[in-house]
Amino acid sequence: MESTALLQKLTAGMAFRGNPATLLSSSSASSHFARVQASAWPIMQGSRLRRLNVEATDLNANAFGTMPHSSTGLKIITKAVAVKTERGSTATAQQGHELLLFEALREGLDEEMERDPTVCVIGEDVGHYGGSYKVTKGMAEKYGDLRLLDTPIAENSFTGMAIGAAMSGLRPIVEGMNMGFLLLAFNQIANNCGMLHYTSGGQFTIPIVIRGPGGVGRQLGAEHSQRLESYFQSVPGLQMVACSTPYNAKGLMKAAIRSENPVILFEHVLLYNLKERIPDEEYVLCLEEAELVRPGEDITILTYSRMRHHVLQAVKTLVSKGYDPEVIDIRSLKPFDLFTIGNSVKKTHKVLIVEECMRTGGIGASLRAAIMENFFDELDAPIGCLSSQDVPTPYAGPLEDLTVVQPPQIVFAVEQLCKH
Amino acid sequence: MASQLLRRAGKLINVSASATKNLASSLAPISQANRSFASAAEDTNPITIEIAVPYKAHKCEPPSLLATTTPQELVQFFKTMFLMRRMEIAADSLYKSKFIRGFCHLYDGQEAVCVGMEAALTKTDCIVTAYRDHCIHLGRGGTVKEIMSELMGRKDGCSLGKGGSMHMYKKENNFYGGNGIVGAQTPLGAGLAFAQKYSKVEGVTLAMYGDGAANQGQLFEAMNIAALWDLPVIFVCENNHYGMGTAEWRSAKSPEYYRRGDYVPGLKVDGMDALAVKQAVKYAKEYALTKGAFVLEMDTYRYHGHSMSDPGSTYRTRDEISGVRQERDPIERIRKLLLAKEIVTVADLKNMEKEAKKEVDDAVAQAKPDPSELLSHIYVKGLGTEVFGPDRKEFTAVLP
Repeated sequence: MESTALLQKLTAGMAFRGNPATLLSSSSASSHFARVQASAWPIMQGSRLRRLNVEATDLNANAFGTMPHSSTGLKIITKAVAVKTERGSTATAQQGHELLLFEALREGLDEEMERDPTVCVIGEDVGHYGGSYKVTKGMAEKYGDLRLLDTPIAENSFTGMAIGAAMSGLRPIVEGMNMGFLLLAFNQIANNCGMLHYTSGGQFTIPIVIRGPGGVGRQLGAEHSQRLESYFQSVPGLQMVACSTPYNAKGLMKAAIRSENPVILFEHVLLYNLKERIPDEEYVLCLEEAELVRPGEDITILTYSRMRHHVLQAVKTLVSKGYDPEVIDIRSLKPFDLFTIGNSVKKTHKVLIVEECMRTGGIGASLRAAIMENFFDELDAPIGCLSSQDVPTPYAGPLEDLTVVQPPQIVFAVEQLCKH
Repeated sequence: MASQLLRRAGKLINVSASATKNLASSLAPISQANRSFASAAEDTNPITIEIAVPYKAHKCEPPSLLATTTPQELVQFFKTMFLMRRMEIAADSLYKSKFIRGFCHLYDGQEAVCVGMEAALTKTDCIVTAYRDHCIHLGRGGTVKEIMSELMGRKDGCSLGKGGSMHMYKKENNFYGGNGIVGAQTPLGAGLAFAQKYSKVEGVTLAMYGDGAANQGQLFEAMNIAALWDLPVIFVCENNHYGMGTAEWRSAKSPEYYRRGDYVPGLKVDGMDALAVKQAVKYAKEYALTKGAFVLEMDTYRYHGHSMSDPGSTYRTRDEISGVRQERDPIERIRKLLLAKEIVTVADLKNMEKEAKKEVDDAVAQAKPDPSELLSHIYVKGLGTEVFGPDRKEFTAVLP
């Protein structure tokens, strides 16, 4: 029977143990979608099938409300909607918890700070204020003022201080309130952070994480819309990663903290409120790995950070026009994951890079060179690169939008490249 | 922690305990009664006011506590400060209605610093400041309309809409901004003074910064350079006691910013008293023109948070804010002075306030984009399926 099959499909997806009756009485908010009325089990085959109420609801204990009782003592679920389980859904897809990107960063940070007492955060207004983007909110109460250190406004000095602390055994995380402020600490990052491991012959490691929001925001003005990945990429000794979703934000944060190399984690000021469901169990991502966002055949689109979302928006249009782009979020800005990228290029033979960096000397420029050098024979077309205009970001909204790559431009570029 | 906060808050408000006593003595009315408004605005007879809070000096002699001013000047102080206050409050509501976006740092509470400074300077003197620059721009000859236009990203803004709140400049009046990075304007100030000395211009530079920026290394470098070469620069620290969310005692070992120049002499001034500021800047200008670098610390306060995205109440109590507003507000001080000296009547003041409000409202109305233009801007964006209303409210959970 159709309902039976439905029921079986639903229960197959549920990792419940024992009697369905116990399932009904349990109220764990983090688990599954469908609940089955216990009394329905034995009467499934008969005419009483109509009393089978299968409820599938986004399980939120608050929204659920109380269940009225029928006269026979059975609990009748009032808002009954039979819902097909999603294609490919398993218990793990429904499990996990939903949160915003800045909360994911905080979770990763919290787990690492709990695990390792040498991990500390150094930055402006990270402690009592909770961080200007709330990434460290509530942590100063938990870990104390020394591990969530509120610094004076002296980026050069406190970055240098963090590097010194890292040299002698601590694992500090430097937060730049805005990435642009770290320009004041450029000397410390380039000379000390990047080079000390080399110049000391391997004696010192600098397991530091430098993180902060960068990128073009919502009319923040020229000096607060910097993309520093292009400036830092030629410093040897540094590793750079860019997060773009809550899932990879938490994973990359944890990986960066555990790494022995100095890592710069680029967050984006507009992505902090992205919501996603991430796994409950602990996970750490690989710092050097790129993420395959969407497999495809026609063209490889390489992107990172906020532009990933612009690309995905453009992909909706492209798919409706009949294209099949492969989207890779490169995540690792230094070094590039040429293995993943190369495999993709070998499949599609066309590349488009979409980035938020300036055109001159940006990540796209280096990536283009690397791909050309390594996979020239695989390419059917010149590598396309969409980057921001070489202009200080203006304050006025429409002007600002013109400096950044927008989805229609991505669609147009793909169409042009696919003509080859 | 809370008790520490309260203690510090008490310090800020109690500054004026002695001030009110002295203010009372200086409020003796002038013999001629019933001056009319028209005559007050032109009256240039000098009057002497005693400054309430004494200066604190570092390696120099403090200036006299008797300030000479004129009724015209006092009326001008009131008008300008009130205009600045209305402008900042208008900016606040515009920000909340999303006409102004990004970062917006408001100056209300600190008006006396700007107004007092301008009274002692000419337009040959240069000013450079940080991002809390709307009122400084106004003081340097800007109009409310061009400030509002700039804040709303219009092309008739002072930077053609390309700079925004933090990047306002006025080259012809020697106002050099308007800088976003904390502390980065202080070496610029030293440079302006260097150019003045080089070209033998009879002027000084005021390099303004806040108590947060006072911990920047580049400030100390700039002070050393300025002192070394006797540059005519006055470093003005607008100490509003909070560097965004961090109070001064949590970020500075020595919150005596006027002493931080070490070999550079300095003065601490009550920054809520426009006359005290004027007196101090006059004194400092004389010093800078003849001898070299000088430091002024303005003890002031901001009512708003650091910027519009900061509520301003997580790191200080509301009682502290309202306490300072009641006891030390710069506009109220001038109002009391004007009334006590019978320079103007209450009705005259009300008229002035109405005029200021009207000026700001007119400027806002002219600067606001009109609905048809708004819609055309939205279509230029062309970002797909999101729907924007004419009030430009956007979804925040989905990436626009």
